[in-house]
Amino acid sequence: MPAQKPVRLLAIASGGGHWVQLLRLRPAWEGCAVSYASVHASSADDVPGCPYYDFTDASRRSLWRFPVVALQMLWLLLRVRPQVIVTTGAMPPLIALVLGRLFGARTLWVDSIANSERLSGSGDIARRFAHQVITQWPDLAQGNDPAYWGSVL
Amino acid sequence: MIFVSVGSMLPFERLVQAMDAWAGAHPDTKVVIQYGNGAYKPQHAQGFAMIPAAEYRRLVADAQLFVAHAGMGSIITAIQAGKPLLMLPRLQTLGEHNTDHQLATVKNVGNRPGLYSAADEVELVATIDRLLAAGAAIPAPISPHASPELIANIRGFIHGKKVA
Repeated sequence: MPAQKPVRLLAIASGGGHWVQLLRLRPAWEGCAVSYASVHASSADDVPGCPYYDFTDASRRSLWRFPVVALQMLWLLLRVRPQVIVTTGAMPPLIALVLGRLFGARTLWVDSIANSERLSGSGDIARRFAHQVITQWPDLAQGNDPAYWGSVL
Repeated sequence: MIFVSVGSMLPFERLVQAMDAWAGAHPDTKVVIQYGNGAYKPQHAQGFAMIPAAEYRRLVADAQLFVAHAGMGSIITAIQAGKPLLMLPRLQTLGEHNTDHQLATVKNVGNRPGLYSAADEVELVATIDRLLAAGAAIPAPISPHASPELIANIRGFIHGKKVA
């Protein structure tokens, strides 16, 4: 078989549980050229040997940060040039996903396992922009949108 | 040592103040609190706004009991470390989170062995005393990665395959 160039993949998540869940998905992109992004500089220690970028956290409580976050995401995407984006949330990675799709990336939103009774607000928005949205709770699946593909636990 | 964490995103004064008061009443037990963006600084416990990831995991591993909000980062860290976790869920009505999903987390994820929860600060303190006296269960070990099913499906997505 001819050698293929590895897929350029951006794995991105906010801090806390979002980042911990993303790390549990790592075998899925074995063999890809993966770059990681999250909110704490110290999280680089979790992914030794891989490019790591940090960005400003933002939520519904800090909407004023969004222009800054959007510029950071634009800059991140220009550097990584991902062909695929996988995120476990939340708000700032949603911006990366929307912008990334404009640049032609295939985009996957993995809704946090914390959303066990309804999809997150960001996940609902992601349904309009991502190529695929998945929930980690079978009862929340609605056919393929969102789909249930399994869980991080 | 008891390690307490409010997670990394939002303040959670109710948990910090309850655990700081507990630390004041139990000077023989070391209590370390990651209090995040909260305004209240622990007076009796050892407090840190934010603890780097590696040090955070070491504190969970060294603790006899881990006490935290009902966030998935705390829950997964406790299970991976095999440490009992006592959770106080954040409530939307008290402005502690945007939604009441932590109540749902306690109900739907918190039934695993080694995971405990309290409805309020009074029950939290009573549960700590009970767990320290009687011993807490330890979470069953899990794989360091997500379910093989989820990994395979995401791998398929990355490489452009349709998932059945």
